Amino acid sequence: MKATKKLGLQTVAFSRPVAIVSSASCVGPLEGEGPLRGSFDVVYPDMLNGAGSWEKAEVGMFKDAVQTALGKGKHSAQSVDFLLAGDLLNQCISANFAARDLGIPMLGLYGACSTMAESIGLGSALIDGGFAQYIVAAVSSHYASSERQYRFPTEYGGQKPPYCQYTVTGAGAMLLTNGQNIPGLAPRITHFTVGKIVDLGIKDPFDMGSAMAPSAADTILRHFSDLGLQSDHYDLVLTGDLAYVGSSILSELLHQSGLELGNRLRDCGLMIFDRERQQVFAGGSGCGCSASVMCGHIMETFKQGKLKRILFAGTGALLSPTSYQQGETIPCVAHAISIELCDDRALGGGTL
Amino acid sequence: MGKSAKAKSRQQMQYKDYQQLAKQKQLKIPVFRNVVVAFVIGGLICVFGQLLMTLFMRLGFAQEQAGNPTVAALILIAALLTGLGVWDVFGQFAGAGAGVPVTGFANSIVSSALEFKREGLILGIGGHMFSLAGPVIVYGAVTAFVVGLIHAVLR
Repeated sequence: MKATKKLGLQTVAFSRPVAIVSSASCVGPLEGEGPLRGSFDVVYPDMLNGAGSWEKAEVGMFKDAVQTALGKGKHSAQSVDFLLAGDLLNQCISANFAARDLGIPMLGLYGACSTMAESIGLGSALIDGGFAQYIVAAVSSHYASSERQYRFPTEYGGQKPPYCQYTVTGAGAMLLTNGQNIPGLAPRITHFTVGKIVDLGIKDPFDMGSAMAPSAADTILRHFSDLGLQSDHYDLVLTGDLAYVGSSILSELLHQSGLELGNRLRDCGLMIFDRERQQVFAGGSGCGCSASVMCGHIMETFKQGKLKRILFAGTGALLSPTSYQQGETIPCVAHAISIELCDDRALGGGTL
Repeated sequence: MGKSAKAKSRQQMQYKDYQQLAKQKQLKIPVFRNVVVAFVIGGLICVFGQLLMTLFMRLGFAQEQAGNPTVAALILIAALLTGLGVWDVFGQFAGAGAGVPVTGFANSIVSSALEFKREGLILGIGGHMFSLAGPVIVYGAVTAFVVGLIHAVLR
């Protein structure tokens, strides 16, 4: 049987766009002082937030994000069908441990910093397929817990290169539901483009922007060609999170392939921090970065009616300390979802 | 040339082209600035060490004995500043200037001990304390052994 909802090589179209009921973002102190400070639901005064360890602080932040999103959507955890969630830590302990207390049936995901896009996309597919009515997609990352897992102890005084990225302490959660449940105007997920693993031989684990840019280009170009879109189709093409280096490479790669997005191309890693004022090197990273920008600032901008249609491409560097110490290059992935502000409607048999 | 070899060389070309582009867009490491700052700060730490040593000699230590309390004092200061959360900021500014003297060694041990204290005294602090300093100790000992051997043979 043909996959009736698949368009082109890597894109799926939801027959009835999946509505975003509510979303929440919780971040650490540095993010709370950044340019998007007004858009977060919770800003913690310090990174430990009274917990016994960085990891426990991350679990708490994760739970807060999910519970705040549910509260904003006036929904209880019991009526959520599935939680699709992930984080950056080994064995996805933040998401799994948070789900232990949340009591929502849970599927753990790992796509490094692309996990938010992956969970929203998969959640939408489950809803559109009729397997679920309410789904929460959520991810988190924490500066200190990732730093000690992927790099060095937080108090270690080694000098970092200017092109490295600063892991965002943040969590984002989004409550999704069947389009019919919200007939009026709402941001809706219309398409999901699943990325290929792309690796162009970058080895430096500090240089994730360069490593991830080709995967972002690959997925964005594939999305545009799968759907036959013009370059001005979206108000915003948002990557998360290439930061300064990766973003400038991405716009060059897209330019080489003839896709000119101009200032419609932006990056969550550059939006969440002010690089001039805050010492974050090339910009933010970590799955909490794109999650807190999407669930906070972007959803708010949709609500204000300033955005009509966006493409969100979450990008992940799929390295581990073991892989780079063994001299491996860094494979990367990008998943893209399109979100449109519209009334409930059927897209019908895979047409636009 | 076989098909797979051709594909491999095409892939290598693509790698090379891309790495060139990535290099172009890379934010450059300010090597000159880093070297100058490391020289000055590293030098200042050593001057401070010399001051301490002179102080210890004034307190009655012989010159050969004054080295030990000096190193201990420098380690203590670096350890304290690591614990207070100051050293990592200083290290980012001073780079090798902060890292190469014994202060950097102290920082690597204390920061590891602090980071892993939550995994307990044995597997946490005990197991991880030397995870960064370990290589310095291992290759320091190996080098000392080799140099000692050469010294013994030449004498």
